[in-house]
Amino acid sequence: MSDMTHTAAKPRAERSATASMTYAIFLTAGLILLVLAPLFFYPIFLMKLLCFALFACAFNLLLGYTGLLSFGHATFFGGAAYFTAHVVKEWGFPPELGVLTGVVGAALLGLVMGYVAIRRQGIYFAMITLALSQMFFFFCLQAEFTKGEDGIQSVPRGHLFGFIDLSQSTNMYYFVLAVFLIGMVVIWRFINSPFGMILKSIRENEARATSLGYSVARYKLGAFVMSAALAGLAGGVKALVFQFATLTDVAWQMSGEVILMTLLGGIGTLIGPIFGAGLVVTLQNYLATSDFPVTIITGVVFMVCVLLFRRGIIGEFYASRLGRKLGFEHRR
Amino acid sequence: MTMIFGIPLQAFLGQLLIGLINGSFYALLSLGLAVIFGLLRVINFAHGAQYMLGAFAAMLMLQYFGISYWFALIFAPIIVGLFGAFIERTMLSRLYNLDPLYGLLFTFGLALTIEGTFRYLYGSSGQPYAVPTQLAGGTNLGFMFLPIYRGWVVVVSLVACIGTWLLIEKTKLGSYLRAATENPVLVQAFGVNVPVLLTLTYGIGAGLAAFAGVLAAPIYQVSPLMGSNIIIVVFAVVVVGGMGSIMGAIVTGYMLGIAEGLTKVFYPEASNIVIFVIMAIVLLLRPAGLFGRDA
Repeated sequence: MSDMTHTAAKPRAERSATASMTYAIFLTAGLILLVLAPLFFYPIFLMKLLCFALFACAFNLLLGYTGLLSFGHATFFGGAAYFTAHVVKEWGFPPELGVLTGVVGAALLGLVMGYVAIRRQGIYFAMITLALSQMFFFFCLQAEFTKGEDGIQSVPRGHLFGFIDLSQSTNMYYFVLAVFLIGMVVIWRFINSPFGMILKSIRENEARATSLGYSVARYKLGAFVMSAALAGLAGGVKALVFQFATLTDVAWQMSGEVILMTLLGGIGTLIGPIFGAGLVVTLQNYLATSDFPVTIITGVVFMVCVLLFRRGIIGEFYASRLGRKLGFEHRR
Repeated sequence: MTMIFGIPLQAFLGQLLIGLINGSFYALLSLGLAVIFGLLRVINFAHGAQYMLGAFAAMLMLQYFGISYWFALIFAPIIVGLFGAFIERTMLSRLYNLDPLYGLLFTFGLALTIEGTFRYLYGSSGQPYAVPTQLAGGTNLGFMFLPIYRGWVVVVSLVACIGTWLLIEKTKLGSYLRAATENPVLVQAFGVNVPVLLTLTYGIGAGLAAFAGVLAAPIYQVSPLMGSNIIIVVFAVVVVGGMGSIMGAIVTGYMLGIAEGLTKVFYPEASNIVIFVIMAIVLLLRPAGLFGRDA
């Protein structure tokens, strides 16, 4: 609806030309920054940031573009971390196959959880995903291969395609960056595909999408699996970065964290979650050295965001005068 | 020794009792969630935190003012209820016109904040709260040993559940509440102050959670994490029962508590997840929940 009001001010073709120009400039600047970043920052921190950014974007695919709030995304992130860590450490898989295993595992978990959860909508959906992911948490706590409270430790990073040594942090960084960019391109293609358009129509008006003959449940399940697989991609890579997989990644707090990242950055914007993830990870890093608990800040930021700031950073920017002048439009 | 399904009778009854007690807490908490959801259309994620607040209120009152368990049972719910009403009035009420998901996210943030604060102040480890002397000890029922306090919890929570049900189904205030659930605009047009009704409801819901917290204090340890451990299970209970009916929430709470207790006897490894498994099965067979009306 906000589209309509804004378009009236400027002809659409001209607007989108400005927008794509702005996008191109921002995109190039962003890419240069990401390529040069390891010169200025601690690589592990950057890699963590990229993993969480991809995780948040994958989550946003579901919340922002399909309108489903999953409270169980830790399952896919942490589950994939376990799968990747296990096959790389115990079965000697190379890193690329290890990550792939994580993605496939997360997609399968997504298929099962999605199949059960899409039977209800709205807040019920949120509660069901939360409960199912808690079930997975208990499974990981008791299962043999996850090593319980210890987690899977000292996972070797190995050699990518057999010849790129990932134990060197520069190599690892560019590997993570490549995965991140591939993930983002997939997400971008996905939301601009006919499939993505149908998802948006479901978000806006589910009954109408049904009446147009779309099998809403199937599309929702497709989006859920897609989102789970991408979250798994982020989780699998994270296991290689930190060389361990633990219960922290499958706990419900992690599901809450990714919601916060998305909310903070801007629900339903392509790049918002990246900024949200950046802020949350930076904040955690900063607070890690003090004894002040992160939970309090996380909780307060949550409340403030919901009360005053529902569009998130990027959403507010798009809706601001400057953002509109640059040709962005804020949907939703 | 008497055996039942190859299990000693005593172990069987002991776990049944534990199941019944857990079920009492599930019932009390899911009841509060259902009352709040019925009128406000908000899933109160902070319900677990309010339960924890109740237990802490009882413990702190005892520590600093020497206020006994019996007074805590009255005052802790009132304090937490007032706190809930304050939150509703100042913040939560701004979210009613939005997607209900925002209410869930807001209360989630509230829960994190409360929990984080208490962890910061009191650490994550649990602190004991003594069973009141009048209810200490136990009696031998012949076939099993029953700690009196546990019997008391089952009885009192049953009374509280039925009392709340009567309040909503049989009193004038309850009829206003039910009417406002159906059509708030019309009820307001009849001269009922609906916003106050909403505040009151949230306060009562929070108070009920705190009441459960006080009851739980002598059984489980008083710890900042006690709320988040239980709230996810209670969500599953609510999904199974469906939030359409108050009685449904109560019955489902007890049923699932007992199911959990029995699983501990027959297949202990699964006792953590049995409620979630039941939830998944119910969703596959009857998506609206056992007592649910809305799809």
